[in-house]
Amino acid sequence: MAALNGANGDAPIRVAVQRKIFPAVGRREAQLVLRDVSFEVAPRSFLVITGPSGCGKSTLLNIIAGLDRDYEGEIDLGPAKDSLAFIFQAPRLLPWRTVYENISLVLPDGDRRREKIPAMLERVGLAQAADAYPERLSLGMQRRAALARGFILEPEILLMDEPFVSLDDPTAQSLRDLLMELWHSQPTTVLFVTHDRAEAIQLGTRILRLAPGKASVAQDAVVSLSEAQRHDRAAVLAEQNRIFATT
Amino acid sequence: MAPVSTRISSISRPANPLLGFNGALERLAWMAGSLLVFAIFWQILADVLQNKYLPTPLTVFDVLLREGASGALWEHTSATLIRVAFAFVVSMFIGTAIGLALGRFKTADRFFDAWLILFLNLPALVSITLCYIWFGLTEAAAVTAVAANKIPNVAVNMREGARSLSKDLDEMAMVYKFGWWKTLRHVTIPQLAPFFAASARSGLALVWKIVLVVEAFGRSSGVGYRLSIAFQEFDVSTILAYALAFILIVQFIEFTVLQPLQARVNEWRR
Repeated sequence: MAALNGANGDAPIRVAVQRKIFPAVGRREAQLVLRDVSFEVAPRSFLVITGPSGCGKSTLLNIIAGLDRDYEGEIDLGPAKDSLAFIFQAPRLLPWRTVYENISLVLPDGDRRREKIPAMLERVGLAQAADAYPERLSLGMQRRAALARGFILEPEILLMDEPFVSLDDPTAQSLRDLLMELWHSQPTTVLFVTHDRAEAIQLGTRILRLAPGKASVAQDAVVSLSEAQRHDRAAVLAEQNRIFATT
Repeated sequence: MAPVSTRISSISRPANPLLGFNGALERLAWMAGSLLVFAIFWQILADVLQNKYLPTPLTVFDVLLREGASGALWEHTSATLIRVAFAFVVSMFIGTAIGLALGRFKTADRFFDAWLILFLNLPALVSITLCYIWFGLTEAAAVTAVAANKIPNVAVNMREGARSLSKDLDEMAMVYKFGWWKTLRHVTIPQLAPFFAASARSGLALVWKIVLVVEAFGRSSGVGYRLSIAFQEFDVSTILAYALAFILIVQFIEFTVLQPLQARVNEWRR
């Protein structure tokens, strides 16, 4: 990755959202979703944004991705902004295109990375399912395809919005392992949203906790676990208790 | 436990009854058998009643052969088919354009919704007579009258399609920089295709029936015209013979073009 680090790889991502309001709709009043949420993310770090549901995590991610432009503040992704992938909570695959086509479609025409698709499918365990339509696959397999679609771009920024919810424990764990493996072989800046504290500790190098109700950052902590410890339930639990002790 | 595993594997790979050769054959056999029973019933009824206004199926078939041999059958059906084709294409095109626009722009939808309801409930007979009065007894007036009847249907269908476009997939296409052409081709059109196919199928059935009315009123060729002459002569055999011929043609188009199209459009579904 040395070549990437040189020119643009070392600029941090700067996020500064002063205010994000959902306007009033019908009988529901306008709602303050985010206030003074500012942070920087070091290149190739794994930042987990956590907090209870409804605290604005997904909204923040949509703002960073450029999907939501109605906010006060500034997002500076630096040169990396043209190399961004987003893995959504629902897999959001095109049901009328095969798994292979879904992955191939995110690449520009004639892109050399297309040659890497078979190897990528092999890595995520979907080599046999390349020509299957997504709806014929289990949710776990669809999520693997969504991971492959994100990583095939070799993005400099990878946004993930609760990508492993509504899976049974073993399936979710195998997907987390897969994500770790892909991330280690293809280091990139990850912003990962989850409400699952154990998942946050297991994956993240740094944790940002949004406070419920206050719509702002409540805690910013570094996870100090070795790779081996991340697979040790007791170590993860101990770290989880240390970081989330304040609540 | 062997039977269980067989069952599971047959679930994961469902045979599409529309595509399989055996399935098609079985369906055809059922249809032929059912129609044969209908013909026998008709024959018996005609034999019992012995009324000249209820000819037997064999008499109708004779008339069909006679009209076919004289060339009249071909002349009239081809004239009708050309009108059907024109009216079908025009109404699908304009109806789709209007439907998509209304589905996308809320203000336009609010405003034009009342117009749509007005045209949906306009009787075919009214639009046909008005078109002939305003534009004369011309080919263009005939096609316009038919299209005016079909366009609101297509528009309502396609508006539903445009409204149901997934915002999730749109965002996905935006994040992954699909661009407008890729988005249209791989995201938007596949979502609209089922609505289009449904419009096309119901459209063909509606259009050809109205074309006959238009022809009976103010054209001097086509199946509708031929039927109006037969009506003046109380020639029930000819009426039934032409009806039969046209049902066969429309069913043929349905089987060879529209049904395979719809099956293809829905191929990816579970």
